[in-house]
Amino acid sequence: MIYQDSKTLLEVRGLRATVNGIEILKGIDLTVRSGEIHAIMGTNGSGKSTLAKVLAGHNAYKVTGGSVTFEGGNLFDLEPEERARAGLFLAFQYPIEIPGVANSHFLRLAYNTVQAQRGKEELDPLEFEDFVREKMKLLEMNPDFLDRGVNEGFSGGEKKRNEILQMALLEPRLAILDETDSGLDIDALKSVTNGVNQLTNKDNATILVTHYQRLLNYIVPDYVHVMESGRIIKTGGKELALELETRGYDWVSVEQRTAARV
Amino acid sequence: MSLSMVTGSSYLESLLQGQPQLPSSPLAWLNQLRADAVERASTLKVPTTRDEEWRFTDISPLSNLSFQPVRAESSLSIADAEKFYLEEAAIRLVFVDGVYAPQLSGQPHGTKDVGLVVTNLSEAVAAHAAAIEPHLGRYAGFQDNVFAALNTAFLHDGALILVPRSVVVEKPVHLLFIATQKEVASHPRCLLIAESGSAVTIVEDYVSLQEDAYVTNAVTEIALADNAQVDHIRVQRDSNEAFHIANCAVSLAHASRYRSVSVALGARISRYNLNTLLAAEGAECAIDGLALITGRQLADTHTCIDHAKPHGTSTQSHKCIVDGAAHAVFNGKIVVRPDAQRTDSSQSSRNLLLNAKARVDTKPQLEIFADDVKCAHGATVGQLDNEEVFYLKSRGLSEITARNLLTYAFGAEIIDRISIASLKHRLEQTVLEQTQRN
Ligand SMILES: Nc1ncnc2c1ncn2[C@@H]1O[C@H](COP(=O)(O)OP(=O)(O)OP(=O)(O)O)[C@@H](O)[C@H]1O
Ligand SMILES: [Mg+2]
Repeated sequence: MIYQDSKTLLEVRGLRATVNGIEILKGIDLTVRSGEIHAIMGTNGSGKSTLAKVLAGHNAYKVTGGSVTFEGGNLFDLEPEERARAGLFLAFQYPIEIPGVANSHFLRLAYNTVQAQRGKEELDPLEFEDFVREKMKLLEMNPDFLDRGVNEGFSGGEKKRNEILQMALLEPRLAILDETDSGLDIDALKSVTNGVNQLTNKDNATILVTHYQRLLNYIVPDYVHVMESGRIIKTGGKELALELETRGYDWVSVEQRTAARV
Repeated sequence: MSLSMVTGSSYLESLLQGQPQLPSSPLAWLNQLRADAVERASTLKVPTTRDEEWRFTDISPLSNLSFQPVRAESSLSIADAEKFYLEEAAIRLVFVDGVYAPQLSGQPHGTKDVGLVVTNLSEAVAAHAAAIEPHLGRYAGFQDNVFAALNTAFLHDGALILVPRSVVVEKPVHLLFIATQKEVASHPRCLLIAESGSAVTIVEDYVSLQEDAYVTNAVTEIALADNAQVDHIRVQRDSNEAFHIANCAVSLAHASRYRSVSVALGARISRYNLNTLLAAEGAECAIDGLALITGRQLADTHTCIDHAKPHGTSTQSHKCIVDGAAHAVFNGKIVVRPDAQRTDSSQSSRNLLLNAKARVDTKPQLEIFADDVKCAHGATVGQLDNEEVFYLKSRGLSEITARNLLTYAFGAEIIDRISIASLKHRLEQTVLEQTQRN
């Protein structure tokens, strides 16, 4: 939702980044204010996940230009864990498995770290157990997943749910959900989007990376951005997603190239 | 002929000459076995790094020290020993510097298992000669193995476990070897005979009271008859100055199952040879190991899984966590003989280096002579996975916490396979203490 008195949470200006010496992000501009929901769409390989990981602070990506301000401070001054504690959250497109680390233990560590940062109460294992089970109910998630290794042997959809469970626990200011809808069955999509909707309010913001307009029926975006070759080439309202669904991406790049020539 | 003329090694010479006068047994075969072993020990040499099997493991520091068989009676108190006891154990045999300690051994929970024998080998050998003779010294050959030869030459006290047909021993048997004196050489021996359809769990546990230099030279033989099941947990937590050499030989009959988890934590230099022979159809073994070492420690594990007959299954996961300037060696040999069709075997060796000076040498060695087999193997050596560290950091965990968690998990995966809760918990604590940085 767009609010009058919103604050700027994220300000990306001319962001450039490389991986293995190859430039992937070629000047991204994006402003996200509190209360807003942004959707980023675009062809495979256009750089959506790269943008997400650069914002989260993955060390494989090198920032070569531009600036990112998060809640008024320079994002690049923060280590990945400091970004997380400051309220930046990335739900990964491909969450990895960490065998041997119990999911419940990991979730509690993450929760308590962020709680401590916010000067709030940390929970012992028993208290946390009750707390996390409530959150899992919200996402219609089986509590058995607590006893397994982090994402170990989880199905694709189960991993995505586990990502949203982490979001629910950490209550971020800015959540970037990278194709969280891919791999979810219809029922899962409903419970996951329902969970996300319950978490959004006028103080936080969400960036949804998706290929499917369907997701945007459940979580209604205020802005839709189209990304191509490391740039955002078009921004519109939620109706842009519908147009992309029927017309594809070609016309956007044609339009963009024509505009550039003028 | 005096021994010194043929040994060519002052170390072996001193060891053999120091041999206590073993009472000659009324059993001719036993006297013969020892005599053969003395003979072999006198001819064989202490291996050097020029021997392929000892390429990475230089045991010359061993020969620079003089080690004697235990002479003085140990003054170990019950309180000293107690801290190593396992509350779950049904029966415990304790050996102090290699000598059986009846006052520390016992049956804390008693046992109702009919006919089960758990006792000191040297005292029981006469009464159970018929059961022992076909097994003792038959699996851990000493023709080419100077340490097995020495152990057999000194054969005296040791653990004898006879599990009669169809007896399922519910609670574990704890074999506790406590080192209390420096510059002592001990030669522990274990013989486990699991008759058909029986099942038992044994814990072979090497501990020490002080950070002394001493030598443990152990030999364990395990015979599984048809359908028998043996769980073998081995914990080597010797002193960090000690030398630990061990040979374990396992023979599996039809449809029997052997599972082992070996954990190497202690010793300045340790070498564990584990040879399992799947001697009949449908045998199954699962062999897991963890070496957790630091400082100047060297831990060398050589395993051989020999599939001699069809339809055998083996799985193996060996892990090393190496810190400081320590050095881990793993050589995992898998043999599939021409007869062993339908063998299913998998092996993985994963190694974590926590320090730039730490080192690992790992080598799978597959010798496959049958065509209809499944053999998977893989080895990795490295640091923690960057993606895993990033995932945890992206959830707010600090770099240190993330690394500690992942390192712990790496080791705990093997420890978790130990079925005895108190021991598992104790080892988890050790892994925690040794892997956590701040
Ligand atoms: N580590 C890397 N090494 C080399 N190339 C990389 C690396 N990471 C990303 N790339 C390349 O960067 C480009 C952008 O990748 P990215 O994952 O950001 O795309 P995406 O927009 O998220 O695509 P999708 O819709 O398929 O998820 C791709 O061409 C990809 O191959
Ligand atoms: Mg992507």
